[in-house]
Amino acid sequence: MATATRGTAESVRIYLDHNATTPLHPEVLEVMTRVLRDCPGNPSSTHLEGSQARAVVEEARGQVASLLGAEPDEVVFTSGATEANNTALLGLLRGRPPGHVLSSAIEHPSVEAPLLALEAAGWRVTRVGVGSAGRVELEELEAAFEPDTALVSLIWANNETGVIQPIEAVAELAAARGVPVHVDATQRVGKLPVTLRGLPVDFLSLSAHKLQGPKGTGALVRRGALEVEALQAGGPQERGRRGGTENVPGIAGLGAACALAERELPERAVELARLRDRLWEGIQAKIPRVERNGCPEQVLPNTLNVRFDGVAGELLLQALDLEGVAASSGAACHSGSIEPSAVLSAMGLSPQQARASLRFSTGHGSDDAQVDAVLALLPDLVQRCRDAGDV
Amino acid sequence: MSAVASLETGVQRVVVAMSGGVDSSLAAALVVESGCEAVGVTLHLAGESSRCCSLADADDARRVAEVLGIRFYVVNYRERFRREVQEAFADAYLAGRTPIPCVTCNSRFKFEYLLERARVLGARSVASGHYARVDRDADTGLRRLRRAADPDKDQTYFLFELTQEQLEAVRFPLGELSKDEVRARARALGLATADKAESQEICFVPDGDYAAAVERIRPGSLPGEGPIVDGAGRELGRHQGIHHFTVGQRRGLRVAAEQRLYVTQVDAQRNRIVVGERDALLVRGARLERVNWISGTPPAQPIHARVRVRYRHAGVSGRIEPDPVGGACVLFDQPVAAVSPGQAAVFDVGDVVLGGGWIAEAILDA
Repeated sequence: MATATRGTAESVRIYLDHNATTPLHPEVLEVMTRVLRDCPGNPSSTHLEGSQARAVVEEARGQVASLLGAEPDEVVFTSGATEANNTALLGLLRGRPPGHVLSSAIEHPSVEAPLLALEAAGWRVTRVGVGSAGRVELEELEAAFEPDTALVSLIWANNETGVIQPIEAVAELAAARGVPVHVDATQRVGKLPVTLRGLPVDFLSLSAHKLQGPKGTGALVRRGALEVEALQAGGPQERGRRGGTENVPGIAGLGAACALAERELPERAVELARLRDRLWEGIQAKIPRVERNGCPEQVLPNTLNVRFDGVAGELLLQALDLEGVAASSGAACHSGSIEPSAVLSAMGLSPQQARASLRFSTGHGSDDAQVDAVLALLPDLVQRCRDAGDV
Repeated sequence: MSAVASLETGVQRVVVAMSGGVDSSLAAALVVESGCEAVGVTLHLAGESSRCCSLADADDARRVAEVLGIRFYVVNYRERFRREVQEAFADAYLAGRTPIPCVTCNSRFKFEYLLERARVLGARSVASGHYARVDRDADTGLRRLRRAADPDKDQTYFLFELTQEQLEAVRFPLGELSKDEVRARARALGLATADKAESQEICFVPDGDYAAAVERIRPGSLPGEGPIVDGAGRELGRHQGIHHFTVGQRRGLRVAAEQRLYVTQVDAQRNRIVVGERDALLVRGARLERVNWISGTPPAQPIHARVRVRYRHAGVSGRIEPDPVGGACVLFDQPVAAVSPGQAAVFDVGDVVLGGGWIAEAILDA
């Protein structure tokens, strides 16, 4: 393996971190460029420029609704899923006398942080655990309802493991008790179909940059009679649910990404899964002492979370990065933190096992040649990490 | 000889230990200039109050890496650093010694753990911003550690534990430069850290209050107050914990006396501080343990060399005789004041550092 001598020239990258973010699709870029260049107006203005921008926003709203099987007036544009999650939790519950919220131990930080804020304000939060497969146990969740449960908030597909939660069943349980449901669908939208029509889900969060749209834009789908307080007070945009001049090009990008996803689903998922499965089969064949984290039957088509026993995961990621491969782990962040992943810990992994786990996620642009290249690199790098031991 | 010439040329991957300060920033730039593929790494060792290697420092280093166009990673060693360096530091004070944690940080964190990581990353060496030089002895083929060109900045005192194997794998791009040159070059390259402030204190004791640091690291283990005695054992006063004192110290002694008194001994066993006049500080030599000989083998016969017993000590001539248990006995040609157990004694001949060891105790009589 010729890694000891290498130039500083750019080399071809293999990007397997689509769950972190996805590259902008060329079609989306085209739409956004056009909007940036030709639609400079403020959607709230009455003149021609304003109404052209307004049209762009409303067309995108329709595209988002269409992908999700929802109504356009249920779509509230936000700066991303984090804002959507915050709005669904804090915007819904902040003004009320504290009661109970039912959630899980495997939520994304943008749900966990508002939950902590609610607890600090006197709310009680039950975080239902998951088994070793990474799915919430329905019986445990059902038993956790309390008389004053004001909301169930559950992630649809976990970002680290890709494991899909039983949303339909949970929604039924909650509906039977008259409890509203919020679903963080950030990782699912664009990878698998979502049909809200007929599903008793009251709130859904999504983010454009997970489905080949731009960063900085997302949406909260708000159904039924429940209203949310705007977290960002300002003008009357988004029917008073989210103040501030709309991010017109971003919204256009989100709409285009949703339209693209609607055209390509469900076939898109098949190819993503085929490549992911080839990668997993190859890893199992070539590398000893590997385990897959999370239930393989109920998982996103593109996600593979693997632990390589005896490996310092962050070191393996660095080695992969230097060889041109981008992957990640749940615990990765700029501080080089080695706090074990809360999600993997909730599944029963020890800190060492969590530290040894990597996440590969395929997406648009992934192909067989890339999978082959990764399989050619990995065994040696894993061995080097294992030889280095605890460094 | 230019600074860059001391680096091997050729396209190689080199990990650069970047602390977020100007020295390691320029070291990274020089590695890039030499044509190598530099990979910057900050070791996150301590919390935000630390003078170095905090997250804020990591951000400074990252910014430099971005400007230089090199890959950059942060490695979190906080837990390990606390255990292996900070706790050892506090325990040394509690045992009546005056430790130098920087030596362990170098030999173990930068040039062992980081070097092992570097190998996993396909790099054969680790570069740092230390003021020191490494070359090869033409006759023996062995690696030599040499003092830096800038005597004020020379940091070889903290590098005496490096082995031949490590010296094959380290690079010190700043060895030929003065501090002023380093800052000027960093400025010329537009590195944001060019004018970043520095201090000479131990990184995790930025305010110089060692006693407070010991109290923070080992709360509940602090020794209580005890006697301050003279050489004959007569009690002259009370101290508030031996960890407040080091040999040679004047400050903090609450003793009424006509002559100026200095700490001559920190006696952890009897929880007492022994003081004396300046003459009493003079010692004939030191017994060293865990001596590292840079050549890899101790000399068969005693040698004469210049011996430095603290950082920035000009050094005195002395005779060094290795003992059979990996230590050595040093006898100074002239008595030396304030030799503190826990510090290091480092031996040079000319600007070549032969090695060094840890001062276990002073030798009072020849």
